[in-house]
Amino acid sequence: MHELGIVFYIIRDVKEAAEAHHVEHVSGVVMNIGEVSTIVPEYLLDCWRWAADKEDMLRGCELKINTIPAVTRCDGCGRDYETVPHGKICPYCNSPNTWLLHGNEVEIKEIEVKDNI
Amino acid sequence: MFIMDEIRVIEIKKSIFADNDKDADALRQELKQKGVYLLNLMSAPGSGKTTTLIQTINRLKDKIRIAVMEADIDSDVDAVKIQEATGIPSIQLHTGGMCHLDAEMTRQGLDNIALGEADLVILENVGNLVCPAEFDTGAVRNAMILSVPEGDDKPLKYPLMFSVCDTVIVNKTDVLPYFDFDLEKCKAYVHMRNPRARVIPICAKTGEGVDVFADWLLQEVKQWKQS
Repeated sequence: MHELGIVFYIIRDVKEAAEAHHVEHVSGVVMNIGEVSTIVPEYLLDCWRWAADKEDMLRGCELKINTIPAVTRCDGCGRDYETVPHGKICPYCNSPNTWLLHGNEVEIKEIEVKDNI
Repeated sequence: MFIMDEIRVIEIKKSIFADNDKDADALRQELKQKGVYLLNLMSAPGSGKTTTLIQTINRLKDKIRIAVMEADIDSDVDAVKIQEATGIPSIQLHTGGMCHLDAEMTRQGLDNIALGEADLVILENVGNLVCPAEFDTGAVRNAMILSVPEGDDKPLKYPLMFSVCDTVIVNKTDVLPYFDFDLEKCKAYVHMRNPRARVIPICAKTGEGVDVFADWLLQEVKQWKQS
């Protein structure tokens, strides 16, 4: 259910971008999805197929997921570490003063268009 | 003549939350001008949102003008219950299967409320701890209710929800003796996600602690209208 809602936002933004570039059909959409973005890639792909095929501009369009690893920075010791195995507490100095550097992205990286030459 | 496909790549690099964030900021500005305070109340299903609201509204309705927007996937049981128990205007929003409200849906809901006649609008978001946290509704503050039976470790399981909330209400404190729920541990977990969050223990059923939340909300509304 969550992923379906996200798919509707992707479709809206892709259609908007395609129209701005005078594109009639989009053959691929590349998404940057962070490891800790709460998006389950398989669900996203399933929802995408169902919803995209209802749109003329996106029929058959492939959704590609580019996974962005989650990295947390520690303000205690200044080091970066992998978020998924360690969470909020820095594995080097045990400080809880940490923040996510990247890994919660849900962004459209690019769209692909097949041009007949 | 050959016909071949060449793939052209158009770079977009845009967060799908970008438009919503913009809409939410615009809505907040508009509410500021109109002197309306919007509170976004979130929680898991069954945490006691509606009962908490009824208790809170009954303590505030003689002091400020309040309206409620109930967001649910379907049904209007909550809106009817609120209106019957408090007598204040309550409208029901249906998300049509969506698991959250975004700023645009919130605006549409607000269009059904006479904003000139409200100081405080409370949005009871869809019962869900994942999706509503990702979408800024345009509210001045986010609050959430965590009920004792859900466990003191919930802030660890739903980090984003707890990091976007300014106030966490711990409800159903009357059943604390029957659960392994450690209030101090819970506060520590909440503060790991958001060091500035206030934690207010209440029991909506008996009314215990609700004054603390109601007073906080009243001060918030006054400040928002003055500043």
